[in-house]
Amino acid sequence: MSMPYYVPPEQFMKDRADYARKGIARGRTLVALQYENGIAIISENPSTTLHKISEIYDRIAFAGVGKYNEFDQLRVAGVRAADLKGYQFSRQDVDARSLANQYAQILSQMFSEGPKPMEVELLVAEVGVDASSDRLFHVLYDGTVLDEHDFSVLGGDSEAVLSRLKAGYKSQMSIQEAIAVAIQALSGAERKLNHDELEVALLERNGRRRCFRRIEDAEIKALLG
Amino acid sequence: MFAAGSDPGANFGELLKRVGLSPFASHSDENDLDIPHATTCVAMRCSGGVVMAGDRRATSGNLISHRSMEKVVSADDFSGVAIAGAAGPAMEMIKLFQLQLEHYEKVEGQTLSLEGKANQLSMFVRSNLPAAMQGLVVVPIFAGFDLSSKSGRLWDYDVTGGRYEEKDFVATGSGMLHASTVMRVAWRRDLTVDDAVKLCAKALWEASDADSATGGPDALRGIYPVVASITKDGWSGISNEKLSQIYGEIAKEVGSR
Repeated sequence: MSMPYYVPPEQFMKDRADYARKGIARGRTLVALQYENGIAIISENPSTTLHKISEIYDRIAFAGVGKYNEFDQLRVAGVRAADLKGYQFSRQDVDARSLANQYAQILSQMFSEGPKPMEVELLVAEVGVDASSDRLFHVLYDGTVLDEHDFSVLGGDSEAVLSRLKAGYKSQMSIQEAIAVAIQALSGAERKLNHDELEVALLERNGRRRCFRRIEDAEIKALLG
Repeated sequence: MFAAGSDPGANFGELLKRVGLSPFASHSDENDLDIPHATTCVAMRCSGGVVMAGDRRATSGNLISHRSMEKVVSADDFSGVAIAGAAGPAMEMIKLFQLQLEHYEKVEGQTLSLEGKANQLSMFVRSNLPAAMQGLVVVPIFAGFDLSSKSGRLWDYDVTGGRYEEKDFVATGSGMLHASTVMRVAWRRDLTVDDAVKLCAKALWEASDADSATGGPDALRGIYPVVASITKDGWSGISNEKLSQIYGEIAKEVGSR
């Protein structure tokens, strides 16, 4: 009778983490940052129809990097969970924290028990009544949840982008400044990113019920001047 | 422990269901209940879009149960629903319909076509048929601005979910006969939005004058019918100041008869 090879748990986890990290590193980077009037989310994305950033609920946005089909599946699960909760209780009971925790549950379960870990990193952002109640939850492929402030960087080349963003970020920036800083962080000194290679969306503190708004090509161009 | 997908979270009711202890009976007999009913709503096409209006009264038998009910609401930016019938199921249907349109938009990344929305509402009305057989009838009007044909369109429904597109105007509820007559006499294809708003206000006034279940303008409390237009710029409610002015003109006209 043959015995299965013994794989120590440390090695098992490391292999899975390496697999997920490699998959995520193939994708492009995404940046979210607080500006004077809410949260701006900016990513490199040449496609105008396959979105990385989308609306989950009145004040909550979702962003994913890595494998498109996997984070899109999670996005739909999030919309379902949020709409169900809002229907069952009240719209104000839907919050980013509980959504981020649900994502963490799914991702950690897939990481340790699934056939393969999901090759995604997620951002669940919520715009509050003021800047101090804005929320940026960054969820990693293994279910780790990071509660971040000011800005958040997801995906591929995140360390270099993060250091550039740290250097350029100021609190209470205007929307133009925020987008310019984000683009500069995404592209670096030697590359130039064109407006049609970008996907930009905002969670605006606008007094309306639905705060999510996509910024289309022409408007990005106008904002960048 | 529950799987991540079927975890009831903090919901105790769901938890009871999962462990088979839910105390809620699945149905009850609603035959003898005296429940609030919502009454007259109208909608008409005009040049540039549609106008919808509904009175504010809900009645239980011969009693007035609410004076400020809103039976005309926006379904999304470019469409609205007006509902007559049993108030409870009607409000629930509107809520579910609004949620459905938003849910579709978020999951699919684009809005439904106007025709698609009208069809969706027809399925909601049809699924209410068993309740309608027990007396909980809900009959909506659906209207909106069709972004593909650049025009206003409107539909009315029957209790079985039958959906009928109307070319000019439509009324529903207990005061529908009186309201329709007013509209039939004065409606023209080329009405402006302002004219259509006035005509809807007038139709509701005449209905309230002849039908006890339809509420008229209540100047003492400042409660006026809900009137809204839907054009290429989207849904826009008519303000109370504007309505009070329109009803002032109607009062003068009635006084001079």
